[in-house]
Amino acid sequence: MEKPEKLMVDGKRLDGRGPEELRPLKIQAGVLKRADGSAYIEMGNNKVLAAVYGPRELHPRHLQQPDTAVLRCKYNMAPFSVDDRKRPGPDRRSVEISKVIREAFEPVVFTKLYPRSGIDVFMEVLQADAGTRTAAINAAAVALADAGIPMRDLVSAVSVGKVEGTIVLDLIKEEDQYGTTDMPVAMLPRKKVITLLQMDGHLTQDEFERALALAMRGCEQIYEAQKAALKAKYATKPEEE
Amino acid sequence: MYEIVSSVKRDYIADLARQNKRTDGRTLDQLREVSVESGLIKSAQGSALVKIGNTQVLAGVKVEKGEPFPDTPESGVLMVNAELRPIAAPTFELGPPDENSIELARVVDRGIRESESIDLDKLGITPGEEVWMVYIDLHALDHDGNLLDASSLAAAAALWNIKKPEVEGWTLDQFPVQKKPIAVTVVKIGDKLIVDPSLDEENVMDARLTITTTEDGSICAIQKGGTGYLTVEEIKAAYELARAKAAELREHLK
Repeated sequence: MEKPEKLMVDGKRLDGRGPEELRPLKIQAGVLKRADGSAYIEMGNNKVLAAVYGPRELHPRHLQQPDTAVLRCKYNMAPFSVDDRKRPGPDRRSVEISKVIREAFEPVVFTKLYPRSGIDVFMEVLQADAGTRTAAINAAAVALADAGIPMRDLVSAVSVGKVEGTIVLDLIKEEDQYGTTDMPVAMLPRKKVITLLQMDGHLTQDEFERALALAMRGCEQIYEAQKAALKAKYATKPEEE
Repeated sequence: MYEIVSSVKRDYIADLARQNKRTDGRTLDQLREVSVESGLIKSAQGSALVKIGNTQVLAGVKVEKGEPFPDTPESGVLMVNAELRPIAAPTFELGPPDENSIELARVVDRGIRESESIDLDKLGITPGEEVWMVYIDLHALDHDGNLLDASSLAAAAALWNIKKPEVEGWTLDQFPVQKKPIAVTVVKIGDKLIVDPSLDEENVMDARLTITTTEDGSICAIQKGGTGYLTVEEIKAAYELARAKAAELREHLK
């Protein structure tokens, strides 16, 4: 990927968006036959599938907890999802991302209802264009709801960053790589609290507060799309009545 | 990494926190005693042993020649690795790095990389062929809580401990280190925020937020952890705490 001469021209970004606009968003619930719940998301050029299996008996059994279900999240990138082929299998990055995604969902899933069992969330990035962990979270939240897992709230996520001095929402690959800062945020949309927050780059206190507020506004828009996807799956179609 | 804690102890710690107290008598925003000893390891180009309370982390830096990454052919390479060896705690196991040691290494890495603590552009040798590789290895020796902050401080101290690397082919006058990024972990227990969590506090925490700041108080890395959530007010308060405590910890790098 060549470094573009400028990442922003006249307040517009490389793909024509303003600083505070999300990329086109498409979410579909219940896309896989065998999984207990599933969802597919397109966030700009990101394409991510999420599947939920469980609650089910947890193996190996020594991992079982007598008082709660164990939530397991696995984020994985397909080898062909990025410009240079990625070696298949977990790497340090995906291990860390899987951990923070699990921690983003722990506060919402009623794990105590299912002692000794496991709830598995698998996220596969099929095509990547920055912000894959947030896309994976958005899909996983819908997949968990689609699986009928009791939850306190959905989880909505988006990344914000700083590009040539401007705080922008929902970064693309070029902005992630050549911009100054990337900050993924996950929020519980009803309670308006943060369950995932990471950042690398440079932000002053004022920039940080503006970036966080912008991310939360972005999450609210994503929440509407997530709800719409769930409603679309369970809507009664007139001809079925 | 989290150990099982009895509900009695859990409630005790949470109750104390509610009264702005802690099991070891500290105030909520008080660090344990901190010490930094630099240059203990002669076989490393830079090293530092950091103690925060009973927690001990040894960091060693090795500088070696190696191949650059294709997308930065003229820049040196920074690698951070963390070993949570079984010597440091009964819950640490042998084997390949687990998610906790990977997260630890990556959070420390991000602080150093994103603050541009090392001027990697000065570490090229032959563009596209040979550059200096800087390996920071973090070795946990005794885990009594807050390995993250101890590791971050040890990494920074070890980098600043490098004077002129005694390696063949080194031509620069000194090692190009230029910033002092410091990670401070703020832990939430109930609705209270505390700094420098002890092991027990870490085991009962709801959530943690690690914020790495540089000398001017700006942020270069953040990592939220733990199974709970944080409100916007808590995040802002954690930042204030992190900035103040980073300044205290940075005093130990002089």
